[in-house]
Amino acid sequence: MNWKLSFGIAITHIATKKKQSIVAMLGVLFGISMFIVMISFMTGVNRFLEDMAMDNTPHIHIYNPLTINEDKIIGQTDSSKNAWYVVHHQRPKNELAKIKNGLLMASLIEKIPEVKGVVPQVSSQVFFNNGPIQIPATISGIDVRKQDELFDLGSKMEEGRLDDLLKGSDDVILGRGLAEKSGVRVGDKVSVTTPEGYNLLLKVVGIFSYGIVTLDDTKSYATLATVQKVLQRDPSYVTDLNVKLYDMQQASAIKARLKAQLPGIYLEDWKEANAAILAGEKIRNIMTGVVSFTLLLVAGFGIYNIMNMNIVNKMKDIAILKATGFQGKDITAIFLLESIIIGLAGGLLGLLFGFAFSYMLSVTPFPAGTFFRINTFPVNFIPVHYVLGVVFGFATTLFAGYFPALKASRVDPVQIIRG
Amino acid sequence: METVLKATNIVKYFKEPEAFQVLKHVSFEVKKGEFLSVVGKSGSGKSTLLYVLSTLDTDFTGSLEIRGEKLNGWSQNALAAFRNEHLGFVFQFHYLLPEFTALKNVMLPALKLGRYSEEEVEERAMNKLRMMDMQDFALKLSSKLSGGQQQRVAVARALINDPDIIMGDEPTGNLDKTNSQIIFDIFNRLAKENHQTIITVTHDTDFASASDRIIEMQDGQILAK
Ligand SMILES: Nc1ncnc2c1ncn2[C@@H]1O[C@H](COP(=O)(O)OP(=O)(O)O)[C@@H](O)[C@H]1O
Ligand SMILES: [Mg+2]
Repeated sequence: MNWKLSFGIAITHIATKKKQSIVAMLGVLFGISMFIVMISFMTGVNRFLEDMAMDNTPHIHIYNPLTINEDKIIGQTDSSKNAWYVVHHQRPKNELAKIKNGLLMASLIEKIPEVKGVVPQVSSQVFFNNGPIQIPATISGIDVRKQDELFDLGSKMEEGRLDDLLKGSDDVILGRGLAEKSGVRVGDKVSVTTPEGYNLLLKVVGIFSYGIVTLDDTKSYATLATVQKVLQRDPSYVTDLNVKLYDMQQASAIKARLKAQLPGIYLEDWKEANAAILAGEKIRNIMTGVVSFTLLLVAGFGIYNIMNMNIVNKMKDIAILKATGFQGKDITAIFLLESIIIGLAGGLLGLLFGFAFSYMLSVTPFPAGTFFRINTFPVNFIPVHYVLGVVFGFATTLFAGYFPALKASRVDPVQIIRG
Repeated sequence: METVLKATNIVKYFKEPEAFQVLKHVSFEVKKGEFLSVVGKSGSGKSTLLYVLSTLDTDFTGSLEIRGEKLNGWSQNALAAFRNEHLGFVFQFHYLLPEFTALKNVMLPALKLGRYSEEEVEERAMNKLRMMDMQDFALKLSSKLSGGQQQRVAVARALINDPDIIMGDEPTGNLDKTNSQIIFDIFNRLAKENHQTIITVTHDTDFASASDRIIEMQDGQILAK
């Protein structure tokens, strides 16, 4: 088959039917550019939410949840005596939040080769007092160096430095929102009250921000020792172990292994902790898929229609070509090439426009309200998406152009020439 | 002289609008280098016969042999290749590709054949156009040419691959006396010098009577001479 000849004829057809060709091309251009914008933005949102969540989520979180024992303690006593015991409103033990031998456990877990590190933590609900007003918050005692190394807390500091926590005792850093609500600045002292009623004056040495308002409004960090002191606990008191892995995808597997070794301890991996975000991601992915498919379908229909019309208008030409010796496959090639040229031109321009739109979106201020600290729309620029765009565009036009081209190849020349 | 085309017992029906026998057991032979005219009243089946002979119409019974090859049952693709190489055709309503120049119209069947390079094809096409005195219009879009000019380009196109048989359905129908004479002379020369075979349907009695042989059709049959 003579591709060059077919190509030449296809180009001539396109050039003489400029308007039609441009309309068909615009369809593809629109479809592909919207596909690019869509997928760039959606994956951008996914990445943004993931990054934000993962900043603060350990790959595996080990803690003791406050659950009520379902089997009543009294039921464990001798029940053979044919007597009734009634316990109303059984309460959990005070010690439940503590992980037994937490520090030892942390050092053992750290020896697992897949584990990058473990940060033991003491967390508690507390109130920050601003005059007579009590602001609810959590305070987490951490190994400052490790927390920084594994969770990059240092980079979240807006004022003061993370290391300042290590310089003295009774120091604390607050989330941006919490500091504002408490009316304190770096250097001020703030009074903290624990649920047990203990009270301590802490010095604010820094202010951090995750960019997530719910975190920045409620979180504060101090050293392990400081928080243990606030809670009036001994140095072995640890409530959480935050495990970071080298490869976060292995979290489920490692969690299962740890679970077998640590009965009675509650473990949660990042997928469970971020189930809501991951569900959102799934929905966004489905949406991207559905909308992209629709866009491509519309573009495909555009090409299909225009090529069909084109072929009806070119019946005579097809008959002539066939009468003078062109074969069915030559005719198919001519019209398929027309679709492909239109599709590729539209697709490549679509990439260009898609990139331009994506870029414009990425510098457009994002109306995040007070929930997220984000300045502009989150947009990804990933080459694979652009490759996908061309491949999809190409496949769609090939598919959409194939049937009209096949129809063209089946034209019976004698019927047309006979008139 | 050897036989270049042999039609035996050609029978063709049109089913629409009602069953109607257009060709009734048509049989004849054409020798190589012969200049044959087919005449007859309008509606006698001349065009229909020519489409059968040109291999475009395969919906008939009887046998068709060209260059000693029996073409019945050939695939459409094989027939297209055969037409491309061995047959030239001038249609009743000239039929050029309107988006292409006169030159390109003449070149296309040769480019399809691929026997010569593109430059050679262009040169040969120019020669054919010159034969038809159309060289000055080579680069004009064919849709911008007059009916007579288009017909002359169509003849040039039919000649481009030096076919064994050139068939024309009233190839001079749109031309005045002078131009008809030019075409006749060209056909005659092709037949005498190149031994190419010419089969033309014509209404022009002068044209017909000057050719080597006349077949007259009536109601789908060849009148015995
Ligand atoms: N496509 C067709 N369907 C039905 N009848 C046709 C068709 N084409 C031609 N005919 C009929 O066949 C007969 C022969 O037509 P044609 O071969 O064109 O005659 P001619 O070329 O000698 O004038 C005519 O009666 C015409 O009406
Ligand atoms: Mg006729």
